[in-house]
Formats: sequence, C-alpha cells, structure tokens
Amino acid sequence: MLEDSDHHILNEFRGLRVAITGGTSGLGLALVRELLDRGAGVAFVARSRAGVERVMREHAGAYGIVGDVSKKGDIHPIAIQILAALAGLDVLINNASDLGPTPLALLADTECEDLERALATNVLGPFRLTKVLLGALASSVRERRGAVVLNVSSDAAINPYPRWGAYGASKTALHHLSRIWNEELTAEGIRVLSLDPGDMDTPLHAIAVPGADPSELKHPETAARELADAIGNLLSSMRRRPELMPEAVVR
Amino acid sequence: MIAAHLPIQRPRHGKLLALDRGGNIRHLERSRVVDLFRRGDLVIANDAATLPASLSGEHLRTGRFIEVRLAARRSLAADSIRHCNAVVFGMGDFRIRTEDRPKPPELMTGDRLALGVLRATVEAILGHPRLVRLAFDGSLAGIWEGIARDGRPIQYSHITRPLALWDVWTPIAGPPVAFESPSAGFVLDWNVLASLKRQTVQFATITHAAGISSTGDGELDALLPFDEPYYIPLTTALAVRHAQMRGRRVIAVGTTVVRALEHAAQSDSFVRSGFGLATQRIGTDTPLRVVDAILSGTHEPGTSHYHLMRAFVDDATLRGLDRELNLHNYRTHEFGDSIFVERNGRGGESLEQISCSVDFKGATRRAHGIAAHHSRCELTVVRTDFRFRAVMGKDAIEQDDISGDLCQFAARRVVGTFGRGD
Repeated sequence: MLEDSDHHILNEFRGLRVAITGGTSGLGLALVRELLDRGAGVAFVARSRAGVERVMREHAGAYGIVGDVSKKGDIHPIAIQILAALAGLDVLINNASDLGPTPLALLADTECEDLERALATNVLGPFRLTKVLLGALASSVRERRGAVVLNVSSDAAINPYPRWGAYGASKTALHHLSRIWNEELTAEGIRVLSLDPGDMDTPLHAIAVPGADPSELKHPETAARELADAIGNLLSSMRRRPELMPEAVVR
Repeated sequence: MIAAHLPIQRPRHGKLLALDRGGNIRHLERSRVVDLFRRGDLVIANDAATLPASLSGEHLRTGRFIEVRLAARRSLAADSIRHCNAVVFGMGDFRIRTEDRPKPPELMTGDRLALGVLRATVEAILGHPRLVRLAFDGSLAGIWEGIARDGRPIQYSHITRPLALWDVWTPIAGPPVAFESPSAGFVLDWNVLASLKRQTVQFATITHAAGISSTGDGELDALLPFDEPYYIPLTTALAVRHAQMRGRRVIAVGTTVVRALEHAAQSDSFVRSGFGLATQRIGTDTPLRVVDAILSGTHEPGTSHYHLMRAFVDDATLRGLDRELNLHNYRTHEFGDSIFVERNGRGGESLEQISCSVDFKGATRRAHGIAAHHSRCELTVVRTDFRFRAVMGKDAIEQDDISGDLCQFAARRVVGTFGRGD
C-alpha cells in the first residue's frame, strides 16, 4: 500500500525531464526503466548505436542519443539532442563510468592511457556535460521546476581499495567535484548529489570482480529505485519550499 | 571600429562604454559590468543556445558545393527545425568575406541537397535567389543528430580560426534554438550573476531564436532581422510588471531581448508570458514600452542592430557615441567590447504611477498601479496583500491622461478576479 509520502514521490516525476548517461546497461538501463515507469521524460546517452537502438526498441518513449561523454567534441552535440528531445532539462544523471585497466591492475602496472580514459569518462565528461547543461537547469529553476544533478559515485571514492586505483581516484575526484558544485550551485537553486548505489550485479562489476557471487550483489533495479527516491525527495522538498528557489519574483 | 578577431567571450581587457539618460559617457572595464546596475534593477538576458547552423555539402542537380546557413524558423518547437529558411552560399567557407563569396548554383524549387548525413529539398525560393525554404528528410531525431554532429557555428571572416560550439554558447545557454549567438550575453558569467544577486539586482531570462545577422548581400541584409520566435516565461513577465510598477529599470542584455519584450508588449505596454513571433523592426520611430536600457555589443552603422539603437537615443547622440568608440579603440562584432545605453525618454511611451481608491469587497482601499498613456485595455492594481486586475472601460481608451479619478472609476466598474500573492 502506498503511503502519502510515496504518492508525493511518484508525482514528482510526472513531466520531469531527465537525461541519463550510460543508459544501455547495468544501473543506467535500470534508471531509464525506473524513471519511465514513474512518468518522467527520459533521454539517454551511450556509445554504441546498436545498443541505443535496442533500448529504444524495448522502451517506448525513451529517447536515445549516440555519444561518448569522454570526448570533448561529443558534449555539445549530446546536449543539443537532449535539450531538443526533452524541451529543457530538470535532472541530469551522470552514470557512465570507465573502470580504468581491465582486468583491474595495481597502480604501478596501470598504463597512463587507462588512467586518462577513466578520468575523461568519470570526471571530465560529467564536468563538461553538467557545465554545458547548467543554463538549461538554471532555466528550469527559474520556472519553479527545480533542478538536480546526480553523479553516480562508489565506495571506491572513499576507500583506497588496492587494484581500483584509476577508478577510485577518478570517482574521488567526481565525488569532491560534486560536493563543491553543490555548495556553489545551491544559491542558484540547483542541487548536486553524489550517491553510491552499492555493489551491484552489473556488467561493469562482472568485469571488475569476475568471480563475485551475484546473490550477494544488489540488483541494479533496487539501486535505481533508491536513487530515483533520493531525486524525488529532493525535488519535492525544493518545490515545497519555494524560498529555496532563488529569483523569487514577487517579494 | 576594429574587429575583434579572437573568440574570447570575456577578454581580460574588455571595455564598456556607458551612456546615461543625461547623455553622460563613462568608460569602464567590462569586467566591472555589475557597477552599472542599481539595487532593484531587472536585468533580462536571452538564454538561447546556439545551433551549429552552417551546413556544407552538395547541390545534387549540379554537383556543386554549397554552404547553407539556417537563417529563420517559425517557432521554438523542436519539430520546427524540419522546415527552415536558409541563406545559400557558393564555394568557400567563412574565411572569405560573405560579400566576396561566389554565388551558389541557381536554386530551383524541388532541388535536392546533400548536407553531411542530412538530405534536404528546396521547398520554395523566397523572393531572392539565395533565400530558400528547406525541408529536411527523415526522422526528427535523425535531423537533430545530423545538425548537432555535422553542423558548424555560423562564422564570419573576422574570426580566423574555426569556431567551436563552446566558443559561441553563452554561459547561461539553455534551449538550442538560435542560429547565431546572442553574444551580448557573453559578458554574464556565473560570477557576475552571483554579484547581481548580492546587489539585489534581479535577473530573468527570455528565450529568443536569434536568426542570421548578415548575408553579404545588400538586398538580403535589408530584410534583416527575419521574423524570430521567442518565449517569455511567466516569472519573467511578472518580474517586468513588478519592475514597471515600482519604477525600476528594465535592462535588456542584447538586441534580441529588446525585440522580444517590445513585441510582447506591443498592444498595451504589458509584457505577456508565452510564445510569440517577433516580426517588427525596431528603429527611430519605435516607442520603447518596456526596456529602459540596453547592454549590448558595439554595432556598426548600417546594421539592423545599429538601427535598433536609434529607438534608445537620437541620431546625433548615436553619432557621438560612434566617435567616442572609435576614439577609444573599441572593438566590434560578437567578441568585441560592450556598450550600455539608457534611453533618453524621447519616443518612448512612459508609464505612470497611479494611486487611487478602489472598491474591494465593499471596503475602500488605496492601491497603487501603473498605466501607460493611451493604454488600451488594462490596468493592473497591486497591493501587497491582494492583487487583482481591473480592465479599463472603452471610455478610458480615448483619454490622453489617466487621472486618479478615472482610474477609480474604471476599477470600480469591473472589480474582478483577484488572487493572493502573485
């Protein structure tokens, strides 16, 4: 049975405009499904055209965009397509991730290029995409819709796990970037979250830890539900307290 | 003036010339733009992001190279991109001055164009051999992907290196609807916006699909600006009303903001929220009903942007301004220096503060509002604890002057809907 508060959360998503990177597998795909189910308009980004087309075939209403967030030249084309498809943006979920070297390696054995790629995908990509979409998010705030950026983090951002050097260092950078951005953008009415979804049964985890027992891992659908709840709670508290939205017109 | 030839949005030594109502000129560093604003001012910018609207490819009937510059669209809706007006150029690229570009092959209705992955048909020739209406083939998603990936920002020869989209998106860019950058907004970075907030200067936006600004052809340039669709959010319309009622300045960042706001207020000086299509040309005889000052780039005589400035100040003042800009080596074009001009009152339609008694649920209350001379239909009366709208009777339309008594009369007749707060 739904509690009142659940109703509230569900309603926050109707007409919400959400973009998700890395949307064709694992947590990203689960987020596409979860947010579509809750009534949001969803655009997702992934590198493989075949993957994007498959997800679009299987999920009526999801708008797929082919692009690589680690490439500087792809960022504006991705942003243009997101904004044209959704007519604006309320929520950006930076989910696409790169593990660094696979199989995972000691830092001393990590090629510089593998570290660069992890940083480009996990730090620079989310930074660039957020920066270029900031105008649209701010416009959403001015129209009293609220705006949230969710950066998908990891416990590897906090704990120094051996062999997770490239991934962990890049996720630490993203986590700290998120915190600073949240401090700076709260005055603009934009909130930036950095959340660790937990160890999940996803293709990324299978590559990182090939022998893991799936029964001990979280389902990505569960993690997607939790992240969506976090976004919904934040939006509903922002909308309930309009004084948190700047640019109040009539004082 | 010297052309600014480096695509730097906020150059370290950028200049800013400010002309106040009294005709006084002062020079500032452009980084100190916030010094121009006063507590209570309302600053409005255009948040349109710029599309890569230059598409190159082949005119399939002749096999010849063409460049197509998307120039105008009918609405801001994403699907309006399928049918765009475009200006067509022949061989070469932005490195050749548009005036010197070879002509494209003769264009005929039904001609097919291959523009990167995109395919398009010439639907109509629009009164000039180089101005056409295009229809793109394929799915809407495919059209957007093709433009986003294969298009390049429209560019002119004064900038020598190819522009990227990050060069032309303003810091606040949101909806990707403009064909050329609303470049007056380059000056506003997030730090400036934070400073505005600290000074309790209000900031709002409109979205205006700025079209092409120059074609290199006198006949075509004379048609500029083309009709441009715009959107005014409710919060912006309310902010304008609020500023007008309190006698605060409404400051437009860029000519597109002037065009949108003045178009939306054409009928009676009140800016309405929603979508519109700006069709008017603004010049000497245009009464400015909303905008009190403009922050803009520097513009050269003969351009439509320059023409628009004549609504703010008379020609003698404008000539003086030009002399001053030249004397102090101001740089022009989209990455150039800036000017801030307050209108001098001439030609503008002033709004009057009105104070009157109104009959509200049987009780007489004092209320304050504003009205324009010759205002046709509407007077908004606002108190702090309630708000309602009184529609002026037809009798009032004919009056030159709206006195307190008349206002009282008009308001009494139609005490109408009201709501709390805004």
